[in-house]
Amino acid sequence: MTLPQTFRTGDTPLPDIVILTHKLTRAYDMGGEVVRALQGVSLQIRKNEYVAVMGPSGSGKSTLMNLIGCLDTPTSGEYWLNGQKVSDLVDDELARIRNKEIGFVFQTFNLLPRANALHNVELPLIYAGHGARERRAQAARALQRVGLGDRMEHRPNELSGGQRQRVAIARALVNDPSILLADEPTGNLDSTTSAEIMAVFRDLHRQGQTIVMVTHEHDIAAHAARVVTLRDGLIASDQLQAA
Amino acid sequence: MPVFEALRLALQTIRAQKLKSGFSLLGVFIGVASLIGAWSIVNGVNRYMTEKFAQTLFGVNTFQLRRRPMFTPNVPDSVWRAWARRPRIRFSDAEALSAGFTVPVVTAWQSSENVTVSYRDKQARDIELTAASERYFDIKNLRLATGRAFTAQENRSGATVAVLGDAVAQRLFVDRAPLDRSVRIGGMAYRVIGVVEKQGSVLGFPLDRFVVVPAQSPAQNLVNPPGVLDAFLVKAQTEPDMRLAMDQAEGIMRSRRHLRPRQDDNFALDTSEGVQRFWAGISRILVVVLPGVVVVSLVIGGIVIMNIMLMSVAERTREIGLRKSLGARRRDVLRQFLAESAAIATVGAAFGVVAGIGLTFLIAAASPLPASVSPVSILLGVVMGAGVGVVAGVYPASRAARLDPIAALRQE
Repeated sequence: MTLPQTFRTGDTPLPDIVILTHKLTRAYDMGGEVVRALQGVSLQIRKNEYVAVMGPSGSGKSTLMNLIGCLDTPTSGEYWLNGQKVSDLVDDELARIRNKEIGFVFQTFNLLPRANALHNVELPLIYAGHGARERRAQAARALQRVGLGDRMEHRPNELSGGQRQRVAIARALVNDPSILLADEPTGNLDSTTSAEIMAVFRDLHRQGQTIVMVTHEHDIAAHAARVVTLRDGLIASDQLQAA
Repeated sequence: MPVFEALRLALQTIRAQKLKSGFSLLGVFIGVASLIGAWSIVNGVNRYMTEKFAQTLFGVNTFQLRRRPMFTPNVPDSVWRAWARRPRIRFSDAEALSAGFTVPVVTAWQSSENVTVSYRDKQARDIELTAASERYFDIKNLRLATGRAFTAQENRSGATVAVLGDAVAQRLFVDRAPLDRSVRIGGMAYRVIGVVEKQGSVLGFPLDRFVVVPAQSPAQNLVNPPGVLDAFLVKAQTEPDMRLAMDQAEGIMRSRRHLRPRQDDNFALDTSEGVQRFWAGISRILVVVLPGVVVVSLVIGGIVIMNIMLMSVAERTREIGLRKSLGARRRDVLRQFLAESAAIATVGAAFGVVAGIGLTFLIAAASPLPASVSPVSILLGVVMGAGVGVVAGVYPASRAARLDPIAALRQE
C-alpha cells in the first residue's frame, strides 16, 4: 500500500480518499485555561480501509473521533469527508452529514430501551425522511446482515450484549454510510462476544465497508489493517499490519 | 422528522410513562373541566332564563306597570330613595289603562305579600299571598289541577274564595280533598275553590308556595293600603301589540301623573327583557370571574408540564445525544418535545372535557341549576389545553434542541 499524496491547503482530496484531515487542531477553554487536545493531525483514509485509532487516555483520540464523526468542529485545519469539506459546516448541516455519511457504534450500544430492534435500526431513516414502509424494509435488511433477522421484535433488554451491539451495528449500517465509526465497540463485552463482533466487522470490511475504530486494546486493534497511534494530540505512529 | 412521527413518538412516551404523564396533565385537566363545568352552568341558566323563566313565568308578550323595576342589579342608594318617593300604582290607574288600550290585551291586577295560611291546627308559613284579578291565571299560565279559578264576578264582589298553590294544599290538607274547605288567611276565612298544578322551582326557589285571592277581597288589606296595587299586568297577543300597549300605557300614566315632556317617568314598565337584562348583569360577572379561574389553573397546568418536560429532557439527555448523532437536527428534537408536551396537554384537555361534561350532568341532576353543555366550550377547552402544552413545551424543547451531542452522549 502506498502512502497517500501530500495534501496542501487549497487542494481537494483524491476521489478514493474517504477521510482527510489537514493540520486539524482542537482547543478547549477549560475555565480560562486552554487545553490543546489536537495539535495538528493530518490523516488520510482510503475507501475500504480498516483503521484502528489507539493511544493512551488524554492523547486526543476521543477528540479526533468526535471530529471525524462530525459531532464537533475543529479550531483550525480542514476535514474532508467523502470529497466534501465539512470542517466549516454549521450544526444542522453536520446533522445531515452524520445521518448520511457516518454510522456510529458506541461502547454502551445506546439503544432506545423502549423500542424494539427494528425500530432502533429505523431511527436514522426517520431523520433521513424515508417513508414508513421503506424504513421497515431497509431496517429489516440491515438486521439480517448482522444475523438478527429473527430478533427484530425484541427489545434491548431481551437481547444479549453481543446481540445489542449487533443491533447497534445494523443501525449504523442502515443508511449505507461512507464510514463506520466505532468507539470502543467491545469495551462492554466479554472476550467471546468481542470476537463475535470483530467477526462482524471483518465481514463488513470484506464487503467493502470503510471502518474506523477507536480502541485501547491491542488485541482488538490487531483486527484492523492499519493502526494509527496518537500521543499528546499528534500522530505518533501510523502503521500497516498484516491481516 | 415529520409531524406525524413526532406525534406517534409522543404518544408512545406518554403511554410508557403513565404515572408521570398523569400528574403532568392534571393542571390542564382541572382547568378544562372547570371551564366546561362553569360555562355549562352559565349557559344552562342563560337558556333557562330566556326560554323558561322569562317566557313562561313572566309571560310571553307581557309587561307590568310597577312603581319601580322588579329586577335591579346594583342600584345606588340615591336611585332607591327616588324610587321610594314615587307615587304607588292605584286601582284607578289600572282602570284608566284598561279603558284606554286600543289593542286587544288581557290585564290583571296583582299585589303580593308573605303571610301565614292555616287550616284548623295546621299552618303554612311564608306563603306568598297574591291579591289578583281573575285573568291573572291566564297571564301567569297557571293551570288548575282541581277546582276552578275565581270569576270576574267574584273578583268584583270581593268574594272570600282562594286558589292554592300545590305546596300549600299539600301542607294543609296532606291527602284530604281541599275543595270547599275553609282556610284562614290573616284571620279571615276563605273557601278553597281550586288548586294550581305543581310548578316546580326556579333556581331552587319553590314556585308552589302561594295563595291567590280576588284583588278586592278583604285580604287585600294585608298586602297593600286600600286602592293600591303592586303591579298591573298586561298581556298582548303579539310583540308589536305589546310595544303599542306599552306606549299607550306610558302616555296614559304620564298624563294622569301630569308629567311635563322633560320629566322622566315616575313609574316602571317591566318586560321579560328586564328580567333577562338582570340575569345578563349577573352572568356578565360570572363571565368575568370564570376566565380568571380557568386561566389560573391553565397557567399552573402549564408550569407543571414545563417542569415535567424539563425533568424529562434531563432524564433523556443521552437519548437526545444519540438522536442527534444519528442525524436529528435541532428542529427534529424541538418538534419531538413540543409534540410530547402538546400531546400531554391535549390528552389532559380531552379528559377535562369528559370530566366537565360529567360534572355538568352531575350538577344538573343534583342541584336546581339547569346546566347545558356548550359545544363552543368544548372546542375552546381543547384548543386552550393544547395551546398551553405548546407554550409550556417551548422552553424545555429548545433546551433539548440546543444540547451538545458529545456532552449529551457522555451523560450517565
